[in-house]
Amino acid sequence: MLTHLRNLLVAVLLFLAPAAQAQQIDIAASVAAMAEASLKELATIVTDLAATGDPAVVPALTALGDGDLYADETTGRVLIQRGSTVTDPVTGEHVELGADADLSKIRVNNSLRRDIAAALAGMTLMSDNPATRLSAANGFLANPDPANIPLLDEAIAAETNADVLRAMQNARALTVLRDSESSIEDRQAAVPLVAGSGRNAITILSSSRTDAPEELVASINAAIAGLEQERAVWGALQNVWFGVSLGSVLLLAAIGLAITFGVMGVINMAHGEMVMLGAYTTFIVQLTIRNNFPGLLDYSLLIALPAAFLVTGTIGVGIERGIIRWLYGRPLETLLATWGISLILQQTVRSIFGPTNQMVIAPTWMAGSTEFFGLSITYGRFWIVIFALIVFFMLLLVLNRTPLGLQMRAVTQNRRMASSMGIRTPFVDAMTFGLGSGIAGLAGVALTQIDNISPNLGQNYIIDSFMVVVFGGVGNLWGTLVGALTLGVANKFLEPYAGAVLGKILILVLIILFIQRRPRGLFALKGRAVEQ
Amino acid sequence: MSKALDTMLYLDGVSVSFDGFKAINNLSIIVQPAEMLAIIGPNGAGKTTMMDIITGKTRPDAGEVMFDGRTDLTKLDEAAIANLGIGRKFQKPTVFESHTVWDNLAMALRKPRGIFATLFYSASNEDEARITEILETVRLLHRKDEFAANLSHGQKQWLEIGMLLAQDPKLLLVDEPVAGMTDSETEETAKLLREISVTRSVVVVEHDMSFVRELGSRVVCLAEGSVLAEGSLDQVSKNPVVIERYLGR
Amino acid sequence: MLTQALFRALDRKAIWVIGIFLAVAILVPMANLLIPPGQFGHVPTYLVSLLGKYLSYAILALALDLVWGYCGILSLGHGAFFALGGYAMGMYLMRQIGTRGVYGNPVLPDFMVFLNWKELPWYWQGFDNFWFAMAMVVLVPGILAFVFGFFAFRSRVTGVYLSIITQAMTFALLLAFFRNDMGFGGNNGLTDFKDILGTPVQAQAIRATLFAATAIALALSVLVCSMIVNSKLGKVMVAVRDAESRTRFLGYRVEYVKLFAFTVSAIMAGIAGALYVPQVGIINPGEFEPGNSIEVVIWAAVGGRGTLIGPIIGAIVVNLGKSWFTTVFPEFWLFALGALFVLVTLFLPKGIVGLWKQIFGRARAAHPDTTPKASADIERGEDPATFGDAQPRPAE
Repeated sequence: MLTHLRNLLVAVLLFLAPAAQAQQIDIAASVAAMAEASLKELATIVTDLAATGDPAVVPALTALGDGDLYADETTGRVLIQRGSTVTDPVTGEHVELGADADLSKIRVNNSLRRDIAAALAGMTLMSDNPATRLSAANGFLANPDPANIPLLDEAIAAETNADVLRAMQNARALTVLRDSESSIEDRQAAVPLVAGSGRNAITILSSSRTDAPEELVASINAAIAGLEQERAVWGALQNVWFGVSLGSVLLLAAIGLAITFGVMGVINMAHGEMVMLGAYTTFIVQLTIRNNFPGLLDYSLLIALPAAFLVTGTIGVGIERGIIRWLYGRPLETLLATWGISLILQQTVRSIFGPTNQMVIAPTWMAGSTEFFGLSITYGRFWIVIFALIVFFMLLLVLNRTPLGLQMRAVTQNRRMASSMGIRTPFVDAMTFGLGSGIAGLAGVALTQIDNISPNLGQNYIIDSFMVVVFGGVGNLWGTLVGALTLGVANKFLEPYAGAVLGKILILVLIILFIQRRPRGLFALKGRAVEQ
Repeated sequence: MSKALDTMLYLDGVSVSFDGFKAINNLSIIVQPAEMLAIIGPNGAGKTTMMDIITGKTRPDAGEVMFDGRTDLTKLDEAAIANLGIGRKFQKPTVFESHTVWDNLAMALRKPRGIFATLFYSASNEDEARITEILETVRLLHRKDEFAANLSHGQKQWLEIGMLLAQDPKLLLVDEPVAGMTDSETEETAKLLREISVTRSVVVVEHDMSFVRELGSRVVCLAEGSVLAEGSLDQVSKNPVVIERYLGR
Repeated sequence: MLTQALFRALDRKAIWVIGIFLAVAILVPMANLLIPPGQFGHVPTYLVSLLGKYLSYAILALALDLVWGYCGILSLGHGAFFALGGYAMGMYLMRQIGTRGVYGNPVLPDFMVFLNWKELPWYWQGFDNFWFAMAMVVLVPGILAFVFGFFAFRSRVTGVYLSIITQAMTFALLLAFFRNDMGFGGNNGLTDFKDILGTPVQAQAIRATLFAATAIALALSVLVCSMIVNSKLGKVMVAVRDAESRTRFLGYRVEYVKLFAFTVSAIMAGIAGALYVPQVGIINPGEFEPGNSIEVVIWAAVGGRGTLIGPIIGAIVVNLGKSWFTTVFPEFWLFALGALFVLVTLFLPKGIVGLWKQIFGRARAAHPDTTPKASADIERGEDPATFGDAQPRPAE
């Protein structure tokens, strides 16, 4: 029923269309005539076929355009050959070639190919399938022909799908813009529509300037300027996103350090190795799951989170109990001892897993990317940002709302007093260090998604992490958040101008200068007590 | 400004706050040349912060701090202020523990403080005589070659007082000088400070009331960052507000 | 004035150390040049260069000890000054190659020809002159340290903050020297040296001379350091190390004291680097690695910081160990080095020298256990009022 209606509509349309001097022709005969036709004759045949508006001509035209249409020199039959299958272009039936078949390609040139594409677009503009209609409209957009304006007008009037409608309107606007026959007002009115047509608008507009009258060129130029400004804004926003993404990685790497350095005053040079161990834990968890429970593979990162936290947290507690507790109040010695630990951990991992990079595959829900307005956002990066924020706020909650957090703050502020009030300060020290190390492990899980897992993984982050903590202000988690995001965004904004390496050098120099200005960082605590 | 003239130390309307907490609140204190002033007050009254402000460790948010009638101390740093002639003894005795008693005094001795002057410094006979004299005054001559770390608490206090003397300052700020001293040592210290105050200005912060009585000087009681009462010790200790807030009933 | 300072510098210990290295400067080259190979007492040329390398490390360790052991500034960027001195020497040696490079360009070093550079960058001008290059060996690290230190010490960046920004400094230089555009040979650095002062660097006599120069430089470094630490300024440096703010209240400009020590130390490190490069035959950005600078710290710690002989012993012992390990158990070197860091900080805070004194009881029993305790005092703050009546501080 619907097909019927549609055919009727097409018939009416074609009758109205001036280009389509509607006259019924025999499709099969026309197709057959292609075998012997010259290029010029082919063009006529294509126009005639397109004018029928019959979907049956679509396969033949498509094949012709793609260079898949052949003439059998022996029988004179026109055939479609794709790979080893040969079909009849009109009926679509499978054809068995005779033994003496001699297929020769029916040649087309570029201008004919364009005609075919436009003809097909017109044909498919009325298809049932919205996707087909959309590609038809885009076909018009790619190949605007004033002759198609009435066709487009009718299709627009009938269109119900918003996306397709927009594509058709874009195509129409461009066609009008390029049409020297249309009135200057119409053409100018089309400019903003074309400008809003999408990604390639600037290219399309600038190519429309050729042969356009002066006042039209002016409005096109204005539209291009507007678009370029808009593009700059989106480019900046994209940079912000990249920066936020980098910043969240920095945040993850630095936040554990903010605990051990900021809250405890312990310089943990082995912090990077905790991150590295978290990454290797993820690798082992995924390997185990792949070998034993392949069904859970998509959840291996989630399973790795608590595992990494426990592994690195336990190692952290061990380091605190074994070494660091003997060095409290001697930060420079702690720095050296933990550097030694970092060398040992690196070499241990290198001895066990070898120096080569290991792989952790991304779960399906982290693969791919999406467009958010003009921004392209990969899911992997997106989840890392979310994850970093979750870790940050959880940590804030732990510090401010739990008994352990209260004890930690008490010990930080006045160890002797806390101790005399019955707080087991050694226990709190161990737990604090364990927490900081555990969070480094969590960072390691996230980093498996964006970095190589190698024994040197931690070394790439340790200096950056220190920069973040020092820049943000020691003892202040919010400072760490702001510091990480600022450095991330600044890095991404410098990169286009200075290149990645020079950008990084500039950032380091800027931080060094910044620390000269504010030795206590962005969010420094004030007061007599901290002036020592 | 004109009021500051002819005074040794002039604090007017000084305030400083840390994170909203007013450690010093509109504090005004005057010390005359060759005068001793004792400052008492409860913990948190701002005594140490006041010393920090005078010696340049803390910058006040508001107020005037003038030395010797004309020098604005709020614009200078610790080293410059020390070189003007303000010496400070800390609440907890801080001497250089890995140096000998002698070297502690040699470093404090009033001499050019520049890098190359110190690099090529050689003690003259005069300098050595001065150090020996100070050692006698603070009764440490017999321990002059020992490391300061090995001194008793009271001896460290004395050494620090000796370092103050070696600096030859015009104004001495002395924070709890007699903590950890025996009664006779306390008495000696009071005597020494009284002698010093004949030619120099001295500000003493102390909790030990009998020591303050022995100093026999003007007394200022601080509380919550400003002056609660002022006068002789008797006047101050009879002040009902002081009894309420500090001395207790 | 100077003579008095010199006299003070030459105490019994310093005379011994200086005497030993002057003797070494004569004896080792003689054993190399005069005693024929195979005969008892002959020192092979490769060993002369290896020992020369150790002695240049010893100068570097001594330089670090001057700032860390005596002035309390833990620099994690001394490798940068060493490398800069090395690069200045390397640039001189590159210019001496002349037309003997692969591309045979009389002016441009090979890597510049390879990068299609047409002329020598301005900062390479003058390095064909030995004395200009030697001036740069001293000036470049000296000026960098002066400028860096001026800002850092004036702003009172202390303790671990200073350590971290010195580390950032060497890291930034590492990244910079890796870039080909910098004009220092990028990743490969400077190598394939031919002549020094018109004589082939590979020549036995030159190797022996370089060794002697390094040993003499070490002896002079000990003399200079001894002069500094035995002066009143040296005492002020220790005072700054133990109680920085107290020193300020005595009227000393702590920032200038530190700046002096830091700059002198950087110059010594630069000289060490300049002596190192011709003996190993290469300088590349790897010398800027933060890890290298931290390793220098452990040399000083192993030997005993705050002493003049300690860092020298430490540098030689640790590097002997490194050479031995990397030939016999290359896998285990990092374990050994890591363990060294941990064990020395935990059990040997005064290093080998401290241990020696403890065992042989030569130290006066009265000597206080200053090194760890004093630094603890600084970090906790010497003003106990901070514990008493300070208002509570929020943790976040």
